[in-house]
Parts: sequence; C-alpha cells; structure tokens
Amino acid sequence: MSESLAIEAEKLGRIYKVRGAKKGEARELVALQDVDLEIGRGELFGLLGPNGAGKTTLIKILTTLLLPSSGRALVGGLDVVTQHGLVREQINMVSGGESSGYGLLTVRENLWMFAQFYGIDHATSYRRIDEMLEVVGLSDRRNTKISDLSTGLRQKMNIVRGFITDPQILFLDEPTLGLDVGAARDVRLFVRRWMERRDKTILLTTHYMVEADELCDRVAIIDRGRVLACDTPASLKRRLQRDAIFHIETSYLSSGSADGFAAIPGVSKVTHRHSDDRTAFEFLLKGEDVLAPVVARMTEKDAKILSLHKREPTLEDVFIDLVGRGLTDGENGHANGGH
Amino acid sequence: MQTAVTNAPTRPPFKRRVNLFWRTVFARSYPRLIGMQREKSWLFFEIVLPFMVACSYVFVYKAIGAPHDYIGFVVLGGAMSAFWLNMLWLMASQLYWEKQSGNLPLYIAAPNSMMAILLGMALGGMAATCVRAAVIVLAGSLLFGVTYATANLLPALAVFLLAMVALYGLGMLFASVFLLFGREAWHTSNLLQEPVYLVSGFYFPIKSLPVWIAAVASIVPLTLGLDAMRQLLFAGSGAIGFLPVSIEIAILAVLSVAFLLASKWALDYLEMLARKEGRITERRR
Repeated sequence: MSESLAIEAEKLGRIYKVRGAKKGEARELVALQDVDLEIGRGELFGLLGPNGAGKTTLIKILTTLLLPSSGRALVGGLDVVTQHGLVREQINMVSGGESSGYGLLTVRENLWMFAQFYGIDHATSYRRIDEMLEVVGLSDRRNTKISDLSTGLRQKMNIVRGFITDPQILFLDEPTLGLDVGAARDVRLFVRRWMERRDKTILLTTHYMVEADELCDRVAIIDRGRVLACDTPASLKRRLQRDAIFHIETSYLSSGSADGFAAIPGVSKVTHRHSDDRTAFEFLLKGEDVLAPVVARMTEKDAKILSLHKREPTLEDVFIDLVGRGLTDGENGHANGGH
Repeated sequence: MQTAVTNAPTRPPFKRRVNLFWRTVFARSYPRLIGMQREKSWLFFEIVLPFMVACSYVFVYKAIGAPHDYIGFVVLGGAMSAFWLNMLWLMASQLYWEKQSGNLPLYIAAPNSMMAILLGMALGGMAATCVRAAVIVLAGSLLFGVTYATANLLPALAVFLLAMVALYGLGMLFASVFLLFGREAWHTSNLLQEPVYLVSGFYFPIKSLPVWIAAVASIVPLTLGLDAMRQLLFAGSGAIGFLPVSIEIAILAVLSVAFLLASKWALDYLEMLARKEGRITERRR
C-alpha cells in the first residue's frame, strides 16, 4: 500500500433498508453513492455537508461500525470489512452530542475506563488525562461526576476521550455540536495543536463552514451521498473568484416576490432569509454589472434597500454553487439555482 | 484506488490481546464496583426485599410441616436467584442500555473484545450479588436454624463456581442477541425472569416437577447447580435430587464449554450482522 495514505475509499456505497409505516412496507435509502476519497497521513480532512448528506454514514463505515453495501474502504491500509480488529487498534472517534460514559463516575474515572479499552497502562492513562483536561480547561472538574456536567463540559470530556488513546487516525463527527462559541474555539485550537505532531490524521465532519475553513487542509463537499468537490478551502473558493458576491438587506419581501431574482440574466445563485421586518439576500453574480438589474428589480417590488456590500467568497458560497442551496436551507431559508 | 490491502494478520498479537482483555474486564467492572459505594439504596432493594420473598416460602413450608431441609432449600434458592437476576438484567440485557446511552458504538469501535466487556459487567455486578446472596444465606440460616453438611462445603463451592461459569456463558449468549435487537430482546428477558424461578426450582426441589420439564429446565445452569449444591449441603436430600451429583457436574461442565464457545461465535456473528444492518448505532428500537 501507499504509506502516505491514511484513508482510502473506492466507489463506496451504503443503502439502508427503511421500514415503512405499514407492516411489510420497506424502501431503500441511498446514504452513500460511489464515494472516492484519498486522505493522506498527517492531513486534517474535512467533510462538509448538510444534515443527511452521508457524512456520519461514511464515518460509521470507516470506524467499522457499519458495513458498506458496495465498494471498499481502507483505514491505515487495512480493510474495514475484513481487518476490522486491526483497524480499531489505530483509530478513535468522537461524535457531537454523544452521551457516553457513566454518570456515577467522575470525569477522570470515565476517561480512565475508556483508555483501558485500548490497553493503555494506568500511569500513561492518568498522565494523558490530566494533561488534556488542562488543555481543554476541564482540570478543575476532573473529580466531578459526569452526571453533574453541562452539555458543553461533557462534550469537552468526550473530545479528551478521543485523544487520550493517541490514535493514528481520529474521526471527529460534528465535534463542536452544541458547544458555545468560546468552547468551540477552544476545541478547534486543541485540534490544531494536536495536528502539529507528525503522522496524525483527522477526518472531521461538520456543517459549520468556519470550522472547515479554519481547520482543514482539504475539504470534500458532500450532499445526498455523493462527493461533489474535494480540494483545499482556498482552491474551492477560487472557483468563485470570477463571480461577484453581494449581501443585500431589504425591507420585508414575501417569498413569492423574492423568488423572482433567479431569473435575472447573470444571476448564478440567489438565497434569501426572512427575519421579522427584513429580507437578507446573498447574490452570486456573473459580474458586478448584473447588480444594476437586481437593484432595479428590488425597486420595482417596492423593497427598500437597507444595506448592500460586496464580500469575498466563502465555503458556504462554494457549497451553494455546487448544491444549489445553503447548508441550513430547508430549515430557515431558500435558494434558487441560476442558469 | 492506488493501493492494495496489506497482507497484515486480521488480529493483534496474542500477548496484546490478553493484556487488553483483562484491562477491559477490570475497567468495565469498575462502574459497578464504584456504584455500590456511591448509591447505597441498592442495599435495601437488592437484599431486604428478596430476603422477604425467601422468608414467605419458609413460612409456607413451616405451616405445612415440610421437612426441615426444605427451609434450607429455600434459603439457598433465594440466594441463587440473585445470580439469575444479575445475569439477566446486568449482563444479558445491558447492551440494550449501552446502545441507548451511546456507549455501545464506543465498545465496538475500540480494539477490546466484547466478551471482556460482558465479563467485566458480570464480575462488577457479582460483587453486589455475592453480598446479597451471602446476606440471605447468613440471615436465613441464623433466623431459621438451617444447618449444612460442612464436610461438603468445598465440593459445593466448586459446583457453585462451575454453575456460575455456565450461567454467565449463557448470559453472554443472550447478550449477543441484544447487538441485533433492542426492545424485542428486552421483552424476552422479562419473559424469562419469573418462569425460570419456577422451572429451575429456586424454592423447591426440581424432582417435584415432571421429568421432561426438569430436563428442559436443566439448560439453565442454575437448575442443576442448585440441585447438586442441595444434595451436597443437606445430608438428607440425596433422595430428592434430580440426577446424581456427578452427572449434574458433568452436564454443567459441558454447558460451560458449550455456552462459552457459542457466545463467542454468536458475538462475532451477530456483531457482523448488526454492522451489516446498521443496528449498532440505531437507538430507536
């Protein structure tokens, strides 16, 4: 095998059989389809996609919790289906919002217990636990029962759990989910520091664009089980540098009125969100000259422009360009494809 | 894909596996050992209430003038019932809770053996169970004047240990089912609890049952284990034993080996099936 690759997936697919409401009724749900990935050793690789995109399914396959329906995957050069015992020696995983551990045990006792499942001796376990609790700012709670921890503190403990076994390859599935801004920043800093050591690999899934942009060496954008693009964040954003991105806030425009902007020639993509008394638009335009007809259309609709600014492309723009909608659309926003 | 799968072995070296096994056993027993100290309410629920159940049977036997050895049978059966409950709820069904709490995927994705996890659960749970059993035997013996054939204490202890190996082997076999099923398997445990009290003769000699029922019930290791211990510990009870003690020991030995091998196979097979069907991380069942 190539020594430089930590994770490889070839035509990886997974289909779930979903039971219907009626007895005997079943349908198939394609969670992953023909996924090809190559992640190098020492790389912090991000999987970016909305809920239900297939990120967690891919992680479950790579962490040997789920068998693929098609294709194959290697982790550390080992087949996740036939050599799962050896794969498990090299990996660990942390999921956002997980509730693992036993409430009766303290933070330190829980972490020690999980370290034992990897065969780490007591002295090394306690040394690493104390060091890492210090790093994440949890050392003053080391003797607190985990049933008494807040969600954020518990997630910090989970993150330490993933790192104390010093795995070669670490899977972080939405690790900052549910954390406040400060705690999420601490976690990102901690992940970055850990990656400064050679040969450690992290596969991070997230639907926070900033997290992917700030942390990852490379990012794959995944939607509906397919990888749509894979490159460095900078290269992905360069795809859009020919375009002009404008953020415009107007007085409230109904969804029906707001949907019409996609038809204007030169508008590549447009998304909008409503708040109480205003509507916020994100326009991806073929050029700055397209702005004039957009503003004219707003004036026609009696929308008062409250603010307008041009900005640099972000990963979210790349995502919208590729997928045709924003990461959180479906919950509180709409997107329209252009031409 | 650029590369081919390595020809590495499919399992880590033996020494590493042994080390990992015992570390896992100790670590997984730890929450239960600590839990005994941190939540002492179990002393009431796990000791006083079961002891009251045993007492009620004692008074029934006293009321009908049954031979005095029957009181000893009840005390011993009451003590052994604790191990049945421990196996059923703190081992066989425990993976259901581990799945619900999110620990199961972490157990599976770690390099440890699931048998070590289950053994750890069993040993941790046995600490409290042994206290419960000892209190029932001691208090019952003192209150009701039960006497034992002291010369046979060591053979009885050996039978007890053999029955435990077979019982917890059966527990591992049950537990493997929980990898695949959730609440359905939970109902099965519920269903098994009370009937086994009856057919395994916790409060009466199983020779009182029709032979075919006693024979089928012998698949539960406590049935023959309890019968053999009664024959050894109560001098006058040889006549009401279901089978000769030597045969019961032989059957228990066979059950021990069979259940342990079957549980190893079942854990591996059902884990693979659960990975295939996506059941390991599924919490809605």
